[in-house]
Amino acid sequence: MIRIKHLILLTLLSLPSALWAASEINWDMEPFDADLHDKPSLQNGMRLYVNYCIGCHSLKFQRYQQTVDFMGIPHETALENLIFSGQKIGELMTTAMDPEGAKAWFGAAPPDLTQVAKTRGGEWIYNYLKTFYDDPSRPLGVNNKVFENVGMPNALVSLQGVQREACIQVPKIAPNGGEMRDPRVPGKAITHEKCGELVVDEGTGLYNAEEFDAAIYDLTNFLYYVAEPTRLERHRTGVFVLLFLVILGCFTYLLNREYWKDVR
Amino acid sequence: MSSPEQQENWFKQDNWFSRSMGWVDARFPATETFEYHMSRYYAPKNFNFFYYFGVFAMVVLVLQIVTGTWLTMNYVASGEGAFASVEYIMRDVEYGWLMRYLHSTGASFFFIVVYLHMYRALMYGSYRGPRELLWLIGMVIFLALMAEGFFGYLLPWGNMSYWGAQVIVSLVGAIPYVGPDLMEWVRGDFLMSGATLNRFFALHVIALPLVLVILVFVHIVALHHVGSNNPDGIDIKKNKGPDGVPVDGIPFHPYYTVHDIHAIVVFFIVFLGFVFFAPEGWGYFLEKPNFEMADPLKTPAHIAPVWYYTPFYSMLRAVTFPLFGLDAKFWGFVVMVAAIIVPAMLPWLDRSPVRSIRYKGRWSKFMLGQFVISFFILGYLGTQAPTDLGTAAAQFFTITYFLYFMLMPWYTRIETCKPEPDRLNFSGH
Amino acid sequence: MSSDDASLENSGTQTGAFDPNVSNKSRRYFLIGATSALAAVGVVGAAVPFLSYWSPSAKARAAGAPVKIDFSKLLPGEMLSPIQAWRGKPIFVVYRDDEAVEALNEQPHDLADPESLKPMQPDYAQNATRSRWPEIGIYVGICTHLGCSPKYVEVDNFVATKQGGFFCPCHGSRFDLAGRVGRGYPAPDNLEVPPYRFESDTVVVIGEEGAA
Repeated sequence: MIRIKHLILLTLLSLPSALWAASEINWDMEPFDADLHDKPSLQNGMRLYVNYCIGCHSLKFQRYQQTVDFMGIPHETALENLIFSGQKIGELMTTAMDPEGAKAWFGAAPPDLTQVAKTRGGEWIYNYLKTFYDDPSRPLGVNNKVFENVGMPNALVSLQGVQREACIQVPKIAPNGGEMRDPRVPGKAITHEKCGELVVDEGTGLYNAEEFDAAIYDLTNFLYYVAEPTRLERHRTGVFVLLFLVILGCFTYLLNREYWKDVR
Repeated sequence: MSSPEQQENWFKQDNWFSRSMGWVDARFPATETFEYHMSRYYAPKNFNFFYYFGVFAMVVLVLQIVTGTWLTMNYVASGEGAFASVEYIMRDVEYGWLMRYLHSTGASFFFIVVYLHMYRALMYGSYRGPRELLWLIGMVIFLALMAEGFFGYLLPWGNMSYWGAQVIVSLVGAIPYVGPDLMEWVRGDFLMSGATLNRFFALHVIALPLVLVILVFVHIVALHHVGSNNPDGIDIKKNKGPDGVPVDGIPFHPYYTVHDIHAIVVFFIVFLGFVFFAPEGWGYFLEKPNFEMADPLKTPAHIAPVWYYTPFYSMLRAVTFPLFGLDAKFWGFVVMVAAIIVPAMLPWLDRSPVRSIRYKGRWSKFMLGQFVISFFILGYLGTQAPTDLGTAAAQFFTITYFLYFMLMPWYTRIETCKPEPDRLNFSGH
Repeated sequence: MSSDDASLENSGTQTGAFDPNVSNKSRRYFLIGATSALAAVGVVGAAVPFLSYWSPSAKARAAGAPVKIDFSKLLPGEMLSPIQAWRGKPIFVVYRDDEAVEALNEQPHDLADPESLKPMQPDYAQNATRSRWPEIGIYVGICTHLGCSPKYVEVDNFVATKQGGFFCPCHGSRFDLAGRVGRGYPAPDNLEVPPYRFESDTVVVIGEEGAA
């Protein structure tokens, strides 16, 4: 029998859940949707990670073997192209950087990134890696729109090119959320100047904008995988388990009903 | 082949089973115990949804003990090794991830189930005589469970584990005169460290589980001694048939064993749905800051206890003013402890002539409803960072929480109740 | 038992809440059987993770992985030092000179298991030199008596084959340069030969077989 209090409980339970991270980010975050079925993306992400990141940031809870097995990379290929430290395939993905030295050079030891996709989330990582910009007032010469005054240099500047803060023309947004258009010219947006946006110096990077976005997607996807390597296995097992329980549940329901026919 | 009517229960025929049991029964009260507690324990026939949560709690207890034992095979209880050992379990050990998620989700579900179990008692007056002792034993189980959860949460040695424990242990420091020494004694060190982790591990893995198992056993013995209550709150033993069996009673076995088995399967569908598809509980079962190792130099942006403690934490934070020369922190601690303990007094606060909410008056219904709402709102507020509005709300709802108890002797006496029926309300399945 | 008490089947039937004689017993038994069978399947399925959990973890498997040993610096008559380990076990690598190999190929006397009949070695090591290559002997350096680690001895008159061999200091067992145990010593078996293959002229992989 549904009582008022049950209805109240249900209403309360559907309240939006608490915002966990205090959102002090002053930037329009682009969305990120991980896809662990996209093996080429994960492979590219791993390639980028071992070439640009693992020099400072360890993934010290994850093993090479498990990672390359998941992505379908043969051990020989991995040993030749992905493991530069002389480590064996079964070893943990540690970094050679000395933490004490790092603290002296950067002010803080570069953190291990095994769980970063859980503590910060994929969206944060994706946007963080894309929003480094030139800032002469900082000791390392760069700042970041997602992590203000970050102590990390822009490790991917060779790929992205030099990015700067600039004032650019952006479409004006109407109160109803749509882009405002010039009524006389079909398709032309009405723009206004917005400062604090980011613009890449043409030709200073190996990749163009799309290529860089794809590379960052792959890298973030890789980190999303590393944070929980058993995620797909968990989903797969879950489907079988729940299906079995539903079938068992039908039988236990019938058995229960059968016995309770006795009761009056 | 004999007809169904002639076919007796196989267990009562002369076969290898009954002969083996005969041998055992001459030396141990096996069949006697089974009959006393199961096949001749007559429970009211009108148990509803809220009566499942006791057996669910037992299932979760067993689950936590088994998964916990398995985890202990690979867990390292040291400040240096704990976090890494959890990652090792999650990645390197076969099905370690499943063991971990079963245990972490199990902890949250334990509290969901226990809170609903207690709510049932509030609704149907299951704490009233002759079940006062049963209720008190349950309150002790609740306290032991809160302690068990508190000790367990430090073990992953994540940043929230560390700082959450730091905050709660420092509450002890608010006790006048003995506080700071007590804090050092609890921690075993001048700060939260491996020493604290080690002792919490010992308490979590053996001391409290043993206490919990013994208490649950005592809890069930106490229940079976007086018999179960029911949603109508009437005493089925008052109305017995010529054979001595309550006319509204049915043997627990097979009717409720079969009933509960089905309920357990449904429970597992919900529970395992979380384990396999949402083990982090949207940041409530496994909290984001805990995916980083404990760092004494890096406080999380927002320290909060796990969701199941937040109603009480909220009340603690609501006290913002000092009194009689003792600071707010101390009084907050007192209020929090009082909030946890005051339900123990229910058997003596409730002066209603009837047991169940079904026959109580409007006051009781309103007060119980507002109590639940207060509890939920306090819980929500406890997850948020403190704000002026939030604190004011917490203060208001702390008062309404206590009013449910403090005014009960009055409103249960003055309200107009409905007459209790002689026989249970029951519609055939 | 409780024969003086009302039996389960009769109690409650007249005035009470339940009557077990009401229903169709065969349907009931069918459902009990079917549900139990399905539940048993569930129990087996549920047991799988708990049992698999005990298997060697990825860390154990990594530690137990094949080991590469470079013996390029080894001279004839020497055993490789420092001793390398595979799966926690010491691995002896000896370079036997021509004289030694010849002596091993002669019909030996005073050996407990001269034909290596006991299964202490892979097929390719069931020969006079108990190895893939005659000159390189590879053995697990654990005495087959009670597990001490034997010492390499380079003297002329040691065991039946009159070359050097391995001497176990714990109880005096002696093995020849092919790891074959002498007769009459406490150790019952020849030294174990691990699975291995040569990756090149100077590198052997312990723990992997395949094309030698």
